[in-house]
Amino acid sequence: MENIEDTGREPILKLNSVSVSYVAGKNAVNEVSANIYPNTITGIMGPSGCGKSTLLRAINRMHDLYPNVKTTGEIFLKGKNVLQMNPMEVRRLAGMVFQQPNPFPTMSIYDNVLAGYSLNGIRLSKKEKDDIVEQSLISVALWDEVKEVMSKRGSFLSGGQQQRLCIARTLALMPEVLLMDEPTSALDPISTNKIEELLLDLKKKYTILIVTHNMSQAARISDNSMFMYLGDLIEYGNTRQMFTKPKNKKTEEYLTGVFG
Amino acid sequence: MTERKQTSISYRNGKNKLIYILVCTLSFLSMLPLFFIIWEVISKGYKNFNLQLFTEVTPSSMDAMLSRANNGPIPGGILNGITGSILIVGVAILLTIPLGLLIGIYLSENSQKRFAKLVSYLTDLLQGIPSIVIGIIAYAWVVKPFGGYSALAGSVALTIMMLPMVVRSTEETLKMLPRSYKEAGLALGSSYINVVFKILIPSGFGGIFTGILLSISRVMGETAPLMLTALGATIVNWNVMHPTSAMPLLIWDFYNDPNLVDLIWSTSLLLLIIIFLLNWLAKIVARKWKI
Repeated sequence: MENIEDTGREPILKLNSVSVSYVAGKNAVNEVSANIYPNTITGIMGPSGCGKSTLLRAINRMHDLYPNVKTTGEIFLKGKNVLQMNPMEVRRLAGMVFQQPNPFPTMSIYDNVLAGYSLNGIRLSKKEKDDIVEQSLISVALWDEVKEVMSKRGSFLSGGQQQRLCIARTLALMPEVLLMDEPTSALDPISTNKIEELLLDLKKKYTILIVTHNMSQAARISDNSMFMYLGDLIEYGNTRQMFTKPKNKKTEEYLTGVFG
Repeated sequence: MTERKQTSISYRNGKNKLIYILVCTLSFLSMLPLFFIIWEVISKGYKNFNLQLFTEVTPSSMDAMLSRANNGPIPGGILNGITGSILIVGVAILLTIPLGLLIGIYLSENSQKRFAKLVSYLTDLLQGIPSIVIGIIAYAWVVKPFGGYSALAGSVALTIMMLPMVVRSTEETLKMLPRSYKEAGLALGSSYINVVFKILIPSGFGGIFTGILLSISRVMGETAPLMLTALGATIVNWNVMHPTSAMPLLIWDFYNDPNLVDLIWSTSLLLLIIIFLLNWLAKIVARKWKI
């Protein structure tokens, strides 16, 4: 496996022999190493059960929720080892968007955007709140659609709008990295298209890792791609290059639909 | 062959119809007792179901006897029972909610742990303990050490009876919430405790509140544990350390006093109305705050 080199730039995220196991002795993610550079979109592809989501969730320490999951190796986020940091701190630096849009059902749209602050007990003035909500919703292109219905519940919105609200909720905390776990797989093509456009816009300010089942999505939006198979990172490189001239036979087979 | 198939289908249709009619009839029969109870309670209780019932305390046996001798209505009401029920059940609610919620949260979050399984099993057992036994326990734990019958002792007994239901409904409701609510909260850097109290509990509010309402309606009519703990009183009492009456206790008192027998039905009617209202409210809450 070759790593991507980007001369002159420090990687924002550095994975060093990262392994994750759900059952002792059996790695769901096996010794993955990769450098991820700022302001890029990295697509993580692979067949079901290959460890894509597991790898992504190792980065913001989501595995801590389940005591039998063990993560080893090193993950450096802006030079600090994530696995030795306080998980609450890590999760604010690495925001996560889930497969199913999941705005908090008891909160209004306005409160959903601010959920990260209220949950962390951070007090804000009314002006600060309004600014954060407006900025976050503008950055996900939802402001014009919801500014009149701020006090409605998050579940009042359509699926695509809900997912953009969830992205806004994550962006409101100004994370360094955005981890997205198949964010469009529960959405219709039009909503998917909107989110993809949004991601291309967001990468100017954020670094995005996106797990996707959809190869054409990876081809459309990602700068670099990872191909994983049975827990191993088989190939990692420039997306265009990988889709036109894959280096590994397995990657080629997957991309051409021999398996998957 | 075709001939045979035809008879077979008409036979099966006939059998279907028969079973259907049987099921409907039995369902109807199962409702009959309820209708008879309601009819009986209303027809006998409406006479004394007046303003006086809510504003005056239980009359003395002598007054009632004199009034009856003159064919007058029973002079008095059940105000001491109404306030007593409010006091005893109210304190029981205050004790049950924090305890029940915390145990329910623990069980839903740690369902795989051996200790949680044990607690869950014991909670089920607790639900099956006869109320009179719980009354005796509360007598030994509260009445004896504090040196007297009290509303508090009654509340403790009712709390033990309400707990299993509140624990179970909290646990089941929280288990039904999508796991991603919890993960999304934690992914925003929140502490676990904030996720539980600011996301999970509010999201499951409907189910949890329904459980609380149903548990209230269940203990509202409990008599046996109160006889051994709250004892009863002929005055309105708001002090948790003093003996206190309650509506079901009054029904028992009236039963034992031939001069007050007529009040049994009015008190029962009021209890039934309260319990029906609680159940109806629980249904509305469950529907409105559906997950």
